[in-house]
Amino acid sequence: MGIQDRLIEDVGLREGVSRLTEDKIQKTVNAVIQGETGARLKAYAEICLRCGMCTEACHFYLSHDQDPSYAPAAKVKQTIGTLLANSGRVSPDQIYNMAQIAYSECNLCRRCVHFCPVGVDTAYMMITMRRICHKLGVTPQYIQDTAHSHSATFNQMWVKDDEWTDTLQWQEDEARDEFPDLRIPLDKEGADVYYSVIAPEPKFRTQLIYQAAAILHTAKIDWTMPAEPGWDNSDMCMFTGDFEMMGRLKRKHFESAQKLKVKRIVMGECGHAFRSVYDVGNRWAGWKHYPVPVVHSVEFFWELLTQGKIKLVSKYPGPVTLQDPCNIVRGRGLGDKLREVIRILVDGEIVETASNREHNLCCSAGGGVINCGPPFKNARVAACKAKADQLRATGVKTIIAPCHNCHGGLDDTVHKYELGMEIKFLGDIIYQCMERPET
Amino acid sequence: MYGLYNFVTGPLVWASFAIFILGSIYRLVSMYALAKKKDAVSLAYMDWKFSFRSIFNWLIPFNALGWKKNPVLTVVTYVFHICLLATPILLSAHIILIEESWGVSWWTLSDSTADIMTILVIVACAFFAGRRLYQKDVRFLTTGQDWLILTIAALPFITGFLAYHQLFNYQVLIIAHVLAGNIMIAAIPFTRLSHMFFSVFTRAYMGSEFGGIRKAKDW
Ligand code: SF4
Ligand code: SF4
Repeated sequence: MGIQDRLIEDVGLREGVSRLTEDKIQKTVNAVIQGETGARLKAYAEICLRCGMCTEACHFYLSHDQDPSYAPAAKVKQTIGTLLANSGRVSPDQIYNMAQIAYSECNLCRRCVHFCPVGVDTAYMMITMRRICHKLGVTPQYIQDTAHSHSATFNQMWVKDDEWTDTLQWQEDEARDEFPDLRIPLDKEGADVYYSVIAPEPKFRTQLIYQAAAILHTAKIDWTMPAEPGWDNSDMCMFTGDFEMMGRLKRKHFESAQKLKVKRIVMGECGHAFRSVYDVGNRWAGWKHYPVPVVHSVEFFWELLTQGKIKLVSKYPGPVTLQDPCNIVRGRGLGDKLREVIRILVDGEIVETASNREHNLCCSAGGGVINCGPPFKNARVAACKAKADQLRATGVKTIIAPCHNCHGGLDDTVHKYELGMEIKFLGDIIYQCMERPET
Repeated sequence: MYGLYNFVTGPLVWASFAIFILGSIYRLVSMYALAKKKDAVSLAYMDWKFSFRSIFNWLIPFNALGWKKNPVLTVVTYVFHICLLATPILLSAHIILIEESWGVSWWTLSDSTADIMTILVIVACAFFAGRRLYQKDVRFLTTGQDWLILTIAALPFITGFLAYHQLFNYQVLIIAHVLAGNIMIAAIPFTRLSHMFFSVFTRAYMGSEFGGIRKAKDW
């Protein structure tokens, strides 16, 4: 019982700690704690009553046979709590353990917030731990690779500038078979909508760009996509603890929209990128809220459907259940709109999972955990057992999940636990059921 | 013995209240200064409405998800905190002392009610201790500090109970009781008991973030 019994070999973490000494660790830890944290960390560390009320909140705990070392406060105790108790002086091996907990055993989903009476934010403690790990150069290899890509290309997937525009043109070409006058307008100044995506879309989920273009075209939206970097709204640096780079990413994203003088940014169905835009990255870059209005596609689809800009020729056969993505529901209150959109799109009932809306269980992929890649995959899917049980109990065949992370995580979960369910984006359903302009 | 009694009920009470009040002011002021210096990005989002919304919703038993999922702990926590605060403030023996010194008094509990409330506090402390010893997750979390504050909170009530019922040596117990009470008061700003005031702010902050930015409830 405890982190030392479940260590996972990761070359990023291993190489990282091999370069450390206790002196170096202590210096860095204290630099972060004294330089970057303040009353928040101090108060949380002091007033956590070790009451265990938050224990039941966490799907890691629920999915691991109630192993106490996975409880939220226990994860704090084994990471930042240990650093504070030892004035930052711990061994490199301990840093390895702490990094594994912070990066791969907490999704920063904040469900535990709903359980803690004194308002301790465990996710903040974990992200602070990640910040220290980043400064120590101890990050899981796969997610670090995406962070490197961010800093070299301003997108997460090493998409080159010409590949980006090529991909958009390719999708435009494809779509013109179906919608002869469809365009993906690049760099159109003053457009109503600036549509931004995450880099995995051009990299390997191009059909999502196709679908979005089809929907925007059908709804006759005046829209554009930027031809230059800034188009990727995702942010793995927020999750590795590379806050400097996180700030640069958000600035690039907003500035690219400002340069085009668009009215607002519409983001694809992604959770973490949305969090970065309204809650985290904007703050680092010095914007209290955001300089250009941003809407998530759940809100945007809601507008299109309720204003009649998209009409349906059929409804998607229900019943369905849904995955409330933490970052847009617990993080941004879109639970009601999401349900309204589903009610419009689906013929049949919405069967709720036992924990829903802002009390939902995380898909176990969020917070950068899925981005830590193959070494951590089995552990991640194991942590989704509690969610899998809730999904199975709904007895339905379709999960609607308007978030890339949720999709990826639930894909693995459905497979591993043999749930026999299919997972849909809202865009998939709208594209399938909408009235085509030409017909 | 009498001299000692006079000392613990006289100068020592003054001292412990002074430590409590000055210590609390110091802790709050320095924490606020630190927050202003280092947590501007959190302070900027503080919001009265959402702060109170959160505090209010968390004060209602079984309203927040955490309370719902820990029903026994919830009952014990509420009973414990109510009795812990109300008993000493409304105990007639305490009020008599205050009246003798300053000529002010207020409504008091009947002695038998106060006795029951004292027992409830002791039982609650035993329950908390039991969780620390036997409930796996809580045992994993527990540190010396947690035992310390549990002891600090329990002792005034245990000694008070024994003294009231004149069990063992009354003189020794009453002095021990006053001493324990003084220690508890003085310890508030410097131990985890400080959650008494800091949690108001952490709760308010969480409420502000969830209400203003995350547009979701935090309970
Ligand atoms: S995974 Fe979610 S519930 Fe578990 S500790 Fe992290 S933020 Fe809390
Ligand atoms: S984080 Fe909150 S709920 Fe969890 S042990 Fe600490 S005080 Fe209790």
